[in-house]
Amino acid sequence: MPVLMPAQDDVVLKRRQKIVRALRNIVPGEGVIDTEREMRPYQSDGLTAYRQIPMVVVLPRTTDQVARVLRYCHQNGIKVVARGAGTSLSGGALPLVDGVLLGMAKFNRIVEVDFANRVAVVEPGVTNLAITQAVEQQGFYYAPDPSSQIACTIGGNVAENSGGVHCLKYGMTTNNVLGCEIVLITGEIIRLGGKHLDAAGYDLLGIVIGSEGLLGVVTEVTVRILKKPEVARALLIGFPSSEEAGACVGGVIGAGIIPAGIEMMDKLAIHSAEAFVHAGYPLDVEAILIVELDGPRSEVDHLVERVAEIAKQSGATSLRASTSEQERLLFWAGRKAAFPAVGRISPDYFCMDGTIPRAMLPRVLLRMRELSQTYGLRVANVFHAGDGNLHPLILYDANQPGELERAEAFGADILKLCVEVGGVLTGEHGVGVEKRDLMPVMFSQADLDQQQRLKCAFDDKGLLNPGKVFPTLSRCAELGRMHVSGGQLPFADIPRF
Amino acid sequence: MPDNYKPRDHKDIEAAVQWAIAGGKSLEIVGHGSKRMLGRPAQYDATLDLSGIAGIILYEPQELVLSAKAGTPLAEITTLLASNGQELAFEPMDYGPLLGGGQGLGTVGGMLAANVSGPRRIRVGAARDHFLGVVAVSGRGETFKSGGRVVKNVTGFDLCKLLAGSWGTLGILSEVTLKVLPQAKTEATLVVFGMNDSTAAAAMAAAMAAPLGVSGAAHLPDYIASRFDDLDGAEPSTVFRIEGLAASLGDCVASLKSAVRPFGAFATLNEAASQRLWRAIRDVQPFWANGPCGDRPLWRISTAPSMGYEIAAKISPASQLFYDWAGGLIWVAPPVTQDCGAGEIRHAVATAGGHATLVRAPAAVRASFDPFHPEAGALAALTKRVKENFDPKRVLNPGRMWAGV
Repeated sequence: MPVLMPAQDDVVLKRRQKIVRALRNIVPGEGVIDTEREMRPYQSDGLTAYRQIPMVVVLPRTTDQVARVLRYCHQNGIKVVARGAGTSLSGGALPLVDGVLLGMAKFNRIVEVDFANRVAVVEPGVTNLAITQAVEQQGFYYAPDPSSQIACTIGGNVAENSGGVHCLKYGMTTNNVLGCEIVLITGEIIRLGGKHLDAAGYDLLGIVIGSEGLLGVVTEVTVRILKKPEVARALLIGFPSSEEAGACVGGVIGAGIIPAGIEMMDKLAIHSAEAFVHAGYPLDVEAILIVELDGPRSEVDHLVERVAEIAKQSGATSLRASTSEQERLLFWAGRKAAFPAVGRISPDYFCMDGTIPRAMLPRVLLRMRELSQTYGLRVANVFHAGDGNLHPLILYDANQPGELERAEAFGADILKLCVEVGGVLTGEHGVGVEKRDLMPVMFSQADLDQQQRLKCAFDDKGLLNPGKVFPTLSRCAELGRMHVSGGQLPFADIPRF
Repeated sequence: MPDNYKPRDHKDIEAAVQWAIAGGKSLEIVGHGSKRMLGRPAQYDATLDLSGIAGIILYEPQELVLSAKAGTPLAEITTLLASNGQELAFEPMDYGPLLGGGQGLGTVGGMLAANVSGPRRIRVGAARDHFLGVVAVSGRGETFKSGGRVVKNVTGFDLCKLLAGSWGTLGILSEVTLKVLPQAKTEATLVVFGMNDSTAAAAMAAAMAAPLGVSGAAHLPDYIASRFDDLDGAEPSTVFRIEGLAASLGDCVASLKSAVRPFGAFATLNEAASQRLWRAIRDVQPFWANGPCGDRPLWRISTAPSMGYEIAAKISPASQLFYDWAGGLIWVAPPVTQDCGAGEIRHAVATAGGHATLVRAPAAVRASFDPFHPEAGALAALTKRVKENFDPKRVLNPGRMWAGV
């Protein structure tokens, strides 16, 4: 799979043995891995189309070790890629041939649960679900729930600003993290935020979250925990067209209702899921919606009725409202199994991740059907309909010559379409290497330059996760140059007050 | 050389910054100037008045999104949203009367540059959490954009977050896009009487731990409570707001009563009284410049909710204060002293965690004691590097937050 990564540094590679010894001095024992066989599990993340064995894997246990490793790498010009559980779908943790792969799995402790302040302080290698498990006995949970939550770590969630199906009401990672300890590439340790709501000074926490490992290495995270709602109920609604399903979503939100989640699936996704988990989905419809409402019982019961009315007015042909927790989970079972279900009907698939203004859905689906014809590849759609986040699954067979390339081109066309209608390249999976070269579709060079200047403030040598997010990495010295155009400025006609 | 420029469009903003860079000048960036007295007093060569860059660009209620030019009056936006049953859910406070100005001023750009929020911050976040997209001009005189108009977006670094709360020191906002949300249909407030500060903190924690979506939790000591017509007499009052549907509000209030019953006697405020109360708490009315504490300095302390009363216990008992955000936000009006309480307040916050901002004080005090929480070491150095990478010649509000930034 050709993906252009930064040129390998032969000087660094020649010194590999020396570098490994130096790293062993910092992280003793089995914390440094340098055999190809043992490094193989680290060669890719969830985007398995891209693989690379790193120069060396380091598994630190303490913040001090992270700081010393980074300081050493900074002093010696060695690239560093941080990794959590490796569930990234965009290649965010793809290693570099001349880089250190810094695995944070050993940072797996829950440091503190503080119910009085409704926060948990955890190490970055703790899984997303383990946070909820640590607090659920008291009726609390951690809200962002990416579909990989059993495996993905909170450190990775911070790096990617992960979402999930409940973002519209409860926000993404960035809205649920109050503080971080991060180590800069220089080895300096800084704390951003804490247990209080507004961090002081510049909102560097807001920048670090979603920075895809390009700004620093997170060594501790303080998250907000919420009390579980009294009740959650879901409606399973079938429509004769995705237009009518889309109109229903607009109607619900227009009526002032913010559901905990609204998911849409198209016909291919419905049939695949139903064949796999038998959730009782209607098979004679073009689209289904799963609308979940949560909160105090009397409010939820009332809203379920309102949503049902709106659905009927929007042309729903089937409708079931869950009356038990078991039934609610059954409605979700098909949606949650949608990806593996599609995996059963196709040897391979790509999961795309664009976001669009919701009203553009009919136009985007129509165009996607046309593209599907053009490329001769099927596409199944699951869609976080409330916030406009599309997950088209492009079905292909990597063993058929040319299909992978066609699938990639199809995917790129879908993402360009998302930007064209006013949306964005990625709603929750991150740019990584996957969408890196599409960044200019959405951003001008000036936009990308300013983002990279921010990187320069954190990582002046560009050693942290290079080759991700930005299609070309400019040198900080070049980015810092000022081009002042003489200062002959047209103030004569600017009104004064 | 003119002292004040009023750009008409985006190009004029770029031109102004280019002019400042070329001439080594500094620019003060203002909208309506409603928060102009907050921060370090600094001398600027010219003022850039953005109130002419105004107008709503896009509003799609069903998409929960609104875009506006940065100088658009906030009041225009909130009025438009209200006419569609929507609002800025983070409930932005009005700094005007606190700082000696009028009510109802302020631009959407100013609101974002100060990352303003209100009592509902505890439930829905601050301005930063609803800031979806931006077009801005850097201190290099270059236009850049970040984010977009959709609520779920992780494409590139989230520069909206960085610009929110940067007080015009990193970029001049030109166009902004916000997430908007439906207004609650109705609300009520439960008042619990007679608690001291530490008991109130426990009661607020209990209320926040109930699955009721409490959207406001504040504690008003007796001398503050007595200034509210809707609160009864001179007892300390701890107040909880519930918002929701008319059909279910009664049940929620009943559940909340069960949660706080161990803490004392209570009363319920109806919708109109509840709205009046929370507007006054949001705008910190007890400490308005034209009120009985108007000559006192004013601090805003953000801390862990359970630490609020411990901080309060360590500062001068002659201070007046009240708590919002379930105890995590303290508004403190200390007696007038040479340092306006900076020494003891900063010391108390350093022990407890969090930060303190000197919101109101004479210019001389704001010049000598950092009004924004001081930074040190690697963090201060990083802040400076961020500034240098956005505004290398320090033309945008230099020194407003800290000297040298």
